[in-house]
Amino acid sequence: MTDELKDLGLLVARGQVNRRDFMGRAAALGLAAPLATSLLSSTVLAAGPKKGGHMKVGMNGGTSADSLDPATFSSSIPFVFGRVWGETLTETSPVDGSPVPVLAESWEASADAKSWRFKIRKGVTFHNGKEMTADDVVATLLRHSDENAKSGALGVMKTIQGIKKDGDDGVLVTLDSGNADLPYMLSDYHLIIQPNGGVDEPAAGIGTGPYKVSVNEPGVRYAAERHEGHWRPEVGHADSIEILVINDLTARMAALTSGQVHMINRVDPKTIGLLKRAPTVSIENTAGRGHYVFIMHTDKEPFTNVDLRLALKHAMNREQMVEQILRGYGTVGNDFPINAAYANFSSDIPQRTFDPDKAKFHFKKSGHDGAVLLRTSNAAFNGAEDAAVLFQQSCAEAGIPIEIKREPADGYWSNVWNVQPFCTSYWGGRPTQDQMYSVAYQTGADWNDTKWSRPAFDELLVAARAELDEARRVELYREMALMVRDDGGLILPMFNDFIAAVSNKVGNYVHDAGGEMSNGFAPIRSWLA
Amino acid sequence: MSNANTSPPAGPGPAGGFFSSNPLLALILQRILLGFVLLLAISALLFMGIEFLPGDFAQSYLGQSATPEAVANIRKELGLNAPVHERYLSWLGGVLQGDFGTSWANKASVSEQIGKRLGNTLFLAFWAAVVSVPLAIGLGMIAVHYRNRFIDRLINVVSLGAISLPEFFTGYLLILFFAVNWGVAVFPSTVFADMAFTDRLAAIVLPCATLVLVVLAHMMRMTRAAILNIMSSAYIETAELKGLDAFRIIAKHAAPNAIAPIINVVALNLAYLVVGVVVVEVIFVYPGMGQYLVDAVTIRDMPVVQACGLVFAAVYIILNMIADVLGILANPRLRHPK
Repeated sequence: MTDELKDLGLLVARGQVNRRDFMGRAAALGLAAPLATSLLSSTVLAAGPKKGGHMKVGMNGGTSADSLDPATFSSSIPFVFGRVWGETLTETSPVDGSPVPVLAESWEASADAKSWRFKIRKGVTFHNGKEMTADDVVATLLRHSDENAKSGALGVMKTIQGIKKDGDDGVLVTLDSGNADLPYMLSDYHLIIQPNGGVDEPAAGIGTGPYKVSVNEPGVRYAAERHEGHWRPEVGHADSIEILVINDLTARMAALTSGQVHMINRVDPKTIGLLKRAPTVSIENTAGRGHYVFIMHTDKEPFTNVDLRLALKHAMNREQMVEQILRGYGTVGNDFPINAAYANFSSDIPQRTFDPDKAKFHFKKSGHDGAVLLRTSNAAFNGAEDAAVLFQQSCAEAGIPIEIKREPADGYWSNVWNVQPFCTSYWGGRPTQDQMYSVAYQTGADWNDTKWSRPAFDELLVAARAELDEARRVELYREMALMVRDDGGLILPMFNDFIAAVSNKVGNYVHDAGGEMSNGFAPIRSWLA
Repeated sequence: MSNANTSPPAGPGPAGGFFSSNPLLALILQRILLGFVLLLAISALLFMGIEFLPGDFAQSYLGQSATPEAVANIRKELGLNAPVHERYLSWLGGVLQGDFGTSWANKASVSEQIGKRLGNTLFLAFWAAVVSVPLAIGLGMIAVHYRNRFIDRLINVVSLGAISLPEFFTGYLLILFFAVNWGVAVFPSTVFADMAFTDRLAAIVLPCATLVLVVLAHMMRMTRAAILNIMSSAYIETAELKGLDAFRIIAKHAAPNAIAPIINVVALNLAYLVVGVVVVEVIFVYPGMGQYLVDAVTIRDMPVVQACGLVFAAVYIILNMIADVLGILANPRLRHPK
C-alpha cells in the first residue's frame, strides 16, 4: 500500500501527478490526510529538488511607491521579494513555528532571558562579494532600532536595550526585561541583514539571499538571478525568479491558467470554484494567524457592560461566517486572537458556539435598551459588510437589534478603527503570542483597539514573556486566553486561510502558517518540475 | 520705396503687421497661450481637489499602523504643515523648471518615473490609433457607400456592440479566448525597458485590440454621419451625373468637406487613448500612466497625482488644440470670425 503511495509520491515530485490526486489516492487507500501529507513531503524531499528554470510569480500587493529598503516593507510583494534576495538571523519552521537558525548559527540566553548571544554564521557572502560579519548584523539591528529610520520592525526592536559585537562571531543583545521569544522576533521580514546595516544605501537590494536582484521596477516587476555559491542548498532551486505585479484578481487567475505564471497569491474564496476547473492548477490554502474581528471599546458606553459584550459574543454564528464569508477557507475563532498556528497554544479551551438563549439572557441582564450601532466597511476585510449583515441577522434571532452604519473605505483605518466604539476590523497576526497580546491587549498599547485594561492580564503577559519553561508558559497563555475570551472586547468569528494557487509545474509548495505564500518563501522553497 | 533702407513705420508694430497678415498664426499663438492659462487653472484645481480629499498621505501610507506620533513625524518631514498657498507656489515653481518633485512614498524622482510610464502609454496609444483611425474612417466610407443596406447595418451593429460592452469586459473576453483558451496571445502585457521591439508589439496586441474596439464605433459613426450630410449636396449630385465612380466621389469630393467634425472626434478619441486607459492598463498589467496614477491616488502621493493630472490635462489640451487648428485649416470660413 505505502509502496504504491511512494511511487505516486515520486510522480508528484516529478510533477507528473498533482498533489490533489495524490491526496485522493491516499484517502482511497485509507490513509489519514495528515499522514498522507507527511508521507508526500518526505517522498518529495527524498526525490530531491529539481534545479533550474525561470520561475514566474504573479502577485497582488505592490505599487509603484514600493522601495527595496527593508525598513519600509509593508505590502506583500516587497515582503516576498525580500525573501528572495535577503536573509534574516532566524526563520520560523513551517512545521511547528519554532525558530530556525539562518544567519545566526546558534544562540543562548541568560537564565532571566534578558541577555542573548547569537553566534553569526561564517563563510556567508553578500551579493557584492563582501563577507557577512557580526558588524553588519549589529549595524542592521541598530538601524531598525532608530526611531528616525521609521522601520516596520520598530515595534519589535523597542524592547531591545543594547546591541553590540561580542568576540569575532558573536552579537550580544540585551533586553530591558526578559523575553523568551527574541529568536522569533529576529525572524521579522524587515530585519534582512545588509552590508553595514544598509546605512549607506538602504535600498540597494544587496543581501545574502539565494538570488541577486537584477530588475527592480516597483509596481511593475522584479527579477533576480541565482547567487552562485549560496550557502544553503535547500532553498533557491530555479535559476531565476520573476515577480509580476498583477493587482487585478481576474488578470492574476488568467495569467495562471494560461500558464504565464507559476504561482499567484490571494485567490478570492468566491472564485475558487472557477479556478479549480482549470486542470493545470491546484489551490494551496494554509491556515494562518490572520483574523477577522468585531471590536468593542470596553471603556465606552454601552460596551463597558460585560453582559452586553457576552450577549454579542454568544449571538455570533461562527460556522455560518466561515461558510458564507470565507466559503469554508478558514477556521472558527473563539474570541481570543490565538489559534493552533502559534507555539504554546492550548487546544483544550472550550469552543464558544452560537447560543441565542444565552445571548438573550446576557442581553436582558445588561439592561441595554435599543439598537447597538456597528460600523463597517469592506476596507476592514473582504466581505466585512456582508459579515455585518449576517451578524445583524443572528443577533435578531437572540432579540438583539443591531444598526449597521457603512463607512467610506477611504480613511477607515484613521477615522473609524480605533476611534469608534464598535466596528469590524482585521488583524494579520504576529509571530508569537507575546507579540500579539503586547501589541493589542496590553494596557496602554498603541493598537489596543478594544481599550481593554486589566492589570492581572498585564502581569501574566510579562511573566509569560520571560518564562523559559515551556509547560509553565503554555499554562500562563491559557489563563490569558480565557481572560480575553470571557471579559475582553473582542468578538472573533474566524481565522482566514492564506489562499495561493500554483500550476502543476510547481513542486514542493510548503504550507507555512507564518504568512502568505509559504511565509514569503514560496518562490525559493518550491521548484519547477 | 525700398524696404531695405527705411525704418518700420510707427503705429502698428512689426508684430501687429505680421499677425494681421498671418491670421492663422495669430490664431494658433492665441490658442497656445489659452492652453497655458487653462493648464495653470487646472493645476490649481488639482491641488485644491487633492487637498479636500478625506484622509492624508501620512494616514493612508501608515494605514492600520498609524499612531499620532508617526503621522506627525511624516507630516513634518514632508512640510505638510505649511499653508496651502505656500505649498502650491513652491510646487508650481518646481514644475515651471521641469521638476515635478520626488514621490513622497519611495523618494524617487517623479519626472523620471513619468518619463518611462508616459512612454509606455504613448506607445500603446500610438499603435491603437494607427489601427483604429484608418479602420474607422475606412469603415465609415464603406458604410456610406452601402448606406441602409446589409453591410452598413452589420458595421453599425458590430461597432455599436463593441462600444456598448464595458472595456474591462471586452478585455476579459479577449483574455479568456485568446490567452487562456487558445493560448495564441501574450498575457500579461507587461513591457519593460530592455524588451525587443517585436516582443513589445506582441505584448500589446490584446490591450491594443481592446482599445480599438472601444474607440472604433464613435469615430466610424461620426465619419458616416458627416459624409452622409455632404452626400445630399448639389455638387455631389453633379459628380454622380458626371458618371464618377462612387468610391471616388466619397473619398475625393465628400470626405474633404466632412473632415472638420471627423478630426474633432478623432482628437477626442486619441485623447481618450492616452488619458482614459486606466482600466485597460490594470486588466492587462500594462505599466503605463494610468496604473501609476491609481497607485498614487490610493496612498495620496500628491506630487505624483499632480504630475499625472497635469500631464493628462496637457495631452488633452494639446490634442484639442491640434483638432481646432486642423479644423480651421480644413475650412477657410473659420479663419475669419465675425
